[in-house]
Order: sequence, then C-alpha cells, then structure tokens
Amino acid sequence: MSGQSLFARLEPLLPRVRRPVQYVGGEGNSIVKPWDAAVVRWALMYPDAYEVGLPNQGLQILYEILNEQPDVLAERTYSVWPDLEALLREHGLPQFTVDGHRSVRDFDVLGVSFSTELGYTNLLTALDLAGIPLQAERRGESDPLVVAGGHAAFNPEPIAGFVDAVVLGDGEQAVLGITEVIRGWKAAGAPGGRTELLGRLARRRLVYVPAFYDVTYRPDGRIQAVTANRDDVPTRPSKHTLSDLDAWPYPKAPLVPLAETVHERLSVEIFRGCTRGCRFCQAGMITRPVRERNIETVGAMVDAGLRATGFSEVGLLSLSSADHTEIGEIATGLADRYENEKVSLSLPSTRVDAFNVTLANEFSRNGRRSGLTFAPEGGSERLRKVINKMVGAEDLVRTVSTAYAHGWRQVKLYFMCGLPTETDQDVLEIADLAREVIRAGRRASGHRDIRCTVSIGGFVPKPHTPFQWVGQASHEVTDARLKLLRDTVRADKEIARAVGFRYHDGRPGIIEGLLARGDRRVGAVIERVWREGGRFDGWSEHFSFERWESACAAELEPLGVSLDWFTTRERDEREVLAWDHLDAGLDRDWLWADWQEALRGTELDDCRWTPCYDCGVCPTMGTDTQIGPTGRSLLPVVSVSAGSPVVTAAAVSVDGVDGVDIEAVPGGVEDGPAAGSRLRPAAVSSGTPA
Amino acid sequence: MARRPEGPPPPPVVQRVRLRFAKRGRLRFLSHRDVARTFERGLRRAAVPMAYSAGFSPHPRISWVGAAPTGAASEAEYVELALAVEVEPARLQADLDAALPPGLDVVGVVVAEGIGLAERIDASRWVVRLPGVAEPELRDAVTELLRHEVVQVERATKDGRRRFDVRAAIVLAVCRAGNDTCAILELVVRHTTPAVRPDDVLTALGVVAGLRPSVPPEPTRLEQGRLRDDGTLADPLAPDRNDAGRLAGRSSA
Repeated sequence: MSGQSLFARLEPLLPRVRRPVQYVGGEGNSIVKPWDAAVVRWALMYPDAYEVGLPNQGLQILYEILNEQPDVLAERTYSVWPDLEALLREHGLPQFTVDGHRSVRDFDVLGVSFSTELGYTNLLTALDLAGIPLQAERRGESDPLVVAGGHAAFNPEPIAGFVDAVVLGDGEQAVLGITEVIRGWKAAGAPGGRTELLGRLARRRLVYVPAFYDVTYRPDGRIQAVTANRDDVPTRPSKHTLSDLDAWPYPKAPLVPLAETVHERLSVEIFRGCTRGCRFCQAGMITRPVRERNIETVGAMVDAGLRATGFSEVGLLSLSSADHTEIGEIATGLADRYENEKVSLSLPSTRVDAFNVTLANEFSRNGRRSGLTFAPEGGSERLRKVINKMVGAEDLVRTVSTAYAHGWRQVKLYFMCGLPTETDQDVLEIADLAREVIRAGRRASGHRDIRCTVSIGGFVPKPHTPFQWVGQASHEVTDARLKLLRDTVRADKEIARAVGFRYHDGRPGIIEGLLARGDRRVGAVIERVWREGGRFDGWSEHFSFERWESACAAELEPLGVSLDWFTTRERDEREVLAWDHLDAGLDRDWLWADWQEALRGTELDDCRWTPCYDCGVCPTMGTDTQIGPTGRSLLPVVSVSAGSPVVTAAAVSVDGVDGVDIEAVPGGVEDGPAAGSRLRPAAVSSGTPA
Repeated sequence: MARRPEGPPPPPVVQRVRLRFAKRGRLRFLSHRDVARTFERGLRRAAVPMAYSAGFSPHPRISWVGAAPTGAASEAEYVELALAVEVEPARLQADLDAALPPGLDVVGVVVAEGIGLAERIDASRWVVRLPGVAEPELRDAVTELLRHEVVQVERATKDGRRRFDVRAAIVLAVCRAGNDTCAILELVVRHTTPAVRPDDVLTALGVVAGLRPSVPPEPTRLEQGRLRDDGTLADPLAPDRNDAGRLAGRSSA
C-alpha cells in the first residue's frame, strides 16, 4: 500500500548504524500529515548528510509553505550514510522520508535542492535506493517527478538526464505553482501521462524540462546549439524571483533537530540577493536584485523563531549581512531586546570595515570576543581589483586594529587561490597582509599573543558570472602556490607562530569545476563514478579524485573532450556555453564586458548607491531593488502573550486545515488570538514575466 | 586587557527541582548530548526561569545524573535544575512536558530537599527484550553467566577502549518468555565505573555462552535508586516528596 510507514522495518537496523537519531524524524516543528488526505505529495531532499541538510533554509521554507496547503503533504529525506545504505539494500528497504518514514517512490514529486554540485552522486544513490530509474527517459507513470533546484541547478546540464524538471531561482512561488498544475492534472485524470504534465509545467514557465531541448555539438567538441524540440515551451526558461520578502516570512517555525547538526541556531534571512558585484560570486549574480526584509519583519521573525524553537543563538543571514540598510538599528535593537535572555547574535558574511567591528561589538556585548572573520578574498590590491572586491590593505589593517582594541583575540581572513590572472606574487602578498595584521594587532592590544588564521579556498569558475569563460587554475598550480605561501609564512620568524594556515588540496575544486561548467556529456561521468562507489563527494574521506579522473577518461575522451577541456580551458566570447539557454536575467554582453573590465582591473560600484550598470536583471525579470531604510523600529518588543503576527499566522495555518488531522511536534506554535495580519501566500501568478 | 562581562552577576539560585523523565519510542536513539540539547531548548520554550552560571558564556545550571545509553529507552532518567525564581512543580512539569518532543516525557517533578540526587542512586533495574531469542536459550546463558565470578568484556568508552568486569555489577538477572520468539531479561545492575550497561551484559552472555542475538535487543531502564537488601530499589525522589509534605506552606504540597 502506498504511503505506509516503514519505521517498524527500519527500527531494527538503527542500532547497527552510526548516529541513528538522524533517521528517526520527530524534530521540533516537524509535521506528519495523513497520507490519504493529501492530493499532491512532495518528498523534499537535501542530497547530503542529515547534519548538513537539516539546517538548510531553502528546504525548511518549502517544507513549511507546502504543508500549509490543506491538500498538500511534504516530507523530508536526506542522504543516508554508506552504513545504512548497505543495510537498506540488504533488507530490501527503500530511500525513505524522515517524517512519515514512507518510501520516496510513493510521492508525486521528489524535489532535490543542490547547494553544491558535489551532491550529484548522492542524487543517484537516492534514486536507486528509491527504486526510481536513474534516467528520466526510463521513468514510468508511477514514478515521481524528479525536480532539481538550488544554486547549482542554474547549470543543471550535467544532471539533465537524471532529472525531469528544474526550478531556477526562488522556490516559494514555484513549488506552489507546480503543485497547482499537478493538482489540476490529477483531477482531470492525469491526461497524457507525465509528458503532458511536464509540458504543462514548462508552458506555465514554472520549470525547465531538459528533455524538451536538444543539444548539438561541433566537430571540435564545442556546443553547436541548444534548441527547444517543441514549439510550446520557452526558448529560454527563466528564473523565479520572489518580490516582497516581508509577505513571505518563512520559515515561521524552524525545525529543531534532535541530532547535532552543523548550524545549531535560529537563522533569519534579512535580505536576498547582492549587487556588490564580486566577479567570482555566483550567488551574488543569480539572486539579484537585492530584496530586503524590513526591520519590523526581521524583529518579528527573530522573536517568533526563538519562541518556536528554544534556540539560544540567532544568525542574521544574507550574502553580505552588514549591507542591510538598517543593520545598525537591527543590531542594537536585538542586542537590547535580548540582553538578559542569554541569546547570542551572529552576523555571518561581513565585509572588511570598521562599521562591522562596531556591529560585532554590539552583538557580543556580554559574550566572549573570540574570533572575527573578514574576507579580502584576494591577496594583492591588483587581484582584488580583478575580482571587484574593493578592500584596501590600509582598510583591512585599520579594521583589524579596531577589532583587537575592542578585545577581539583572533582574526580570520578568507582568501581564494587560483583566481584569474593570479601569479605567485599575488598569493605571496597574503603573507604580507597577515604580517601587517599581526603587527597591527600587537600595537593595538599591547601584547604579542595575537593570532590570525588564514583560510584559503580554491577558486572554481561558475556559470552566470563574469568569470564563466575563464580557464580554471589546475590543481597542480593551486597546490604549488599554497605550498609556496605556507613555506614563506613558516620561514618568517616574526609571524610564523601567530599565523594559522587552513587550506584544502585543489583536486576536489577541479571536480566541482567540471560539474559546475559541464554539459550533458558529463552525466555519463557522474553515473560511472557513482557505479564505481562514488558517494558524498563533498566529504574528503569519501572523495576520490582518481575515480573521477578515470571516469572522465573513459566517458569523455572518446567524445574528443576531457576533464581539462571542461575545467582549465578558457572559452571565447562566441562559444555556446552549456547554460546559455537558461535565463538568470544577466545580460550576456554585460557579463562579457565585466570580464574584460576585470582583465583591465577596473572596479564596479554597487548599484544600490550608484547608477544602474545594466547587468540586465531588473528589466529582464521585471524586478526592482527593494531596500530601506524604512525608518521604522524593531521596538516595541512584541508582547509574549499576544503573539506576533508571524506566530499567529503559523498557528492559523496549522489549525485552519479543516478536517485534516495534523501531528505537529510541539515546538512552540502557540495558540493565541488571531491578531495581526494573516500571511497566506497568494497562489502563484501565471508565470514569471517574459 | 581582558574584558569582563558587564552588568551585575547572575541572580542567585532560589530553588532546586528534581525531575524524573522518560526516553521512549524512537527517541531512545538520542544520545545523552542529544537529550541535553533538546532539554535545554525545551526549558527555553517553556520559559523555565533557570539560574545561569557566571562568565562570558553563561550556561543554564543543569545537573545530569547518569544517562541511559544511545539506543536504550528509559522510564527513569533524572536531572536537577537550579532556578532563579520559585516555581510550582506541577506547573513546571506540565509546561516542560508540553515543550519537549513526544517521547521525551517529564513524569515527575519535586522540590529538592536534603542530600544530593546522585547519592540516592547506586543501581538500575532494566528490562531487555530479545527478539529472535527463545527463553530456554537465554535462561541457559544467564545461568552460565551467574556461575562465573568475573566476566571481562571490552567496549569503547570516551576514555578509549576499556576492559572491565560485568559479573560483579549484576545483582539480579531473571529470564521470562515474552512469547515464542522473544525472551525477556530483567536485570538489576549496580552502578560501577565504567557503568555496566545492558549491552555489556549481552556481550558477557556472548562471551560465556555464545549467545548472539541476530536482531538488536531493546533495553529499557525501569528504575534507578538506592539498592535495598531485598534487591528492590528505593525511589530517589521519595525523600523530597516526604520532606515537602512535612513542611507547611511549600508550593509543592
């Protein structure tokens, strides 16, 4: 029977695996709805370990939005570790959801959120365990639609053969639109089967269906063209952009894990998008324009979230949180409000300037001042101009001095290695910066015991960025530069013991680069790697470069292309890129011009404060930057008894599902008078603007 | 210059309460750390007025007593809370129970009186379900185990792999038949260091009699307390209840 709980069969296996608690569900604010009362059923997957996947905001948002619909059921599933995978296979058990412990294959849709390309092999494990054919073309009427989303899905071509459809951009309205189409199609008796369903979804501009597009190649291996093979689908499927984040304050009742996870805190997204224009940053390019949540909504979400979860730490999330137009008021307001409640506040992703030290001081009024993190990204002034990360060395030293003077004990600096035009000299300047930072710290604090951690990641060129054409630095080059830098720091007696050095070898970055800028031919590589045991490629203990290398040799070289061809080869302006037919709103000519500006070392200002530089997003997508300041205040504190509008809305939506019995795990959705506005998402409009 | 937390020191402890709680069903897979984290969040959700430690990272003052291992259910776990404001135990029990996930259930709250909780607990009573094991097979193995004076087993503890005796800790071991395919082992075990757990006893049954259940056994702790001469356990919260009953005007009366 469809939708049955498999827990009784799973339970005897759990004492035999590592950290069984990750598979039992029952998290605070999780929801199990009756199977038969739902018309459209979603399984939402984060294709990594539970401890990484559970805190993912995207999945939590969609889980809540879908479950608020009376006739929709959404459950979560995560990648199982190899120990449980082996036991599931031995005992004939499938990929299951952690909420109702139901077989993933019983659902209408399997939605998979890819934050990173290194989750692709885990998708195949889940499909295989679920009993869903790996290749979309082999799936039948009883198989779920496999829908990919997330940042990595902006170039889904390497997994085009494994997925039925792809959502580009913000998922909130898209999942409701997809649900509506499935609901109507099921009510009509599923006319035309899954092909017709996919056709309806594509016509409504809700998804990109890879099977509706053909790719042709030139004799030299480059793409000739990507063309639609039916005339009723968009030539260029485009991304979804959510406007008015204040109307969508999700998650309202975040999940409270029982198991330990990577982020043990309440995350509140204070804005989406970023127009700083860092040329390496895919997130900043594909999430434009900037849309702020206003100070009142942020205040209400923090308040409601804390009461719904019992978390003792709040993280204010965005791509560059100090850029919120009212961040100072938010910081002071929250610090005042929670001064006596043992709630700590954090602000990930901050820029290098003195204002951020002031913010950090506010956030740590009564807390320990251990580490402050800044991300200059490039070691030399020249390189920082290339990547458009406008940070002067003097700014950094001044900021760091301020931080040490205010009692901060350690500064962490993030850099990238392998950036376009980079030379050994650029990387060696990281050591000079570290030396200046240590000296400044010693001066400002008056003692020698100052620490600075230098953390370095390998640069991976990503689609839809000005660097989408560049040749990626080989892992040999990256590793050699990092070794040179490490040796230089170690040889410098003044700083050798004060500077901590963190970096990874460059090889996983090459595979990430292959998957990021690959085309449909890379699908066979992924499948081969998976068949040869590839799992959890984002985990160094599971990643095998040799396995990827040999799979590339076997699958790509007969086609006249290779691992190097996809990664270290520079593309020219006219080459058709695998993702050119997918519209992130960015004007291709602007991206190319910005790449040329990068080579000239010309910087670009943020369009929030200077005139529009015509990246193309707003006119193409019909969107606008939405920023404050609103001049409103975080205060007064919403009274605990009355409930904030956000909490009230959550209570209304859970209670208001007529005739449906919902098991909501206690987690603070409080009963209370239905004061304030009801935040019901409107049905999705008929598609994103052309 | 070292910073110091600003403001007054944390408010003093005005009341200590002791809780008995159960870890049931699928929540038996919680480790002690998982239980502690979930409890702390439940306390915040229930707005229990905890007393906090001083310093830069104040922690709620919670004293754990023992802890059933990961995978073991329990009807008798104990914890003591230090509070900054006096509360009514029945209200605390209701509020906290509602704020904890089902399966982590508060079954009793008393105001602490007299000697420490840890001093009132030196043994546990367990019941272990053994699916796939027939009762005679278990009975023979237990008889063999009890014939020995010392049975060494090995287990990974937080201090590395340790080898220790199981036999001396066993006060009582009784077999029952649940049904044809599931034997039941009832144990009273003295608390030693390292603690002898039901899985250690099962390892010992494997060592002396080759008993190796094909399905993982399901242990549940039924009681903890001071071991009496007759092998029964004294309820560790009974003295608090009795004292509270004698003291007039106590809110817990």
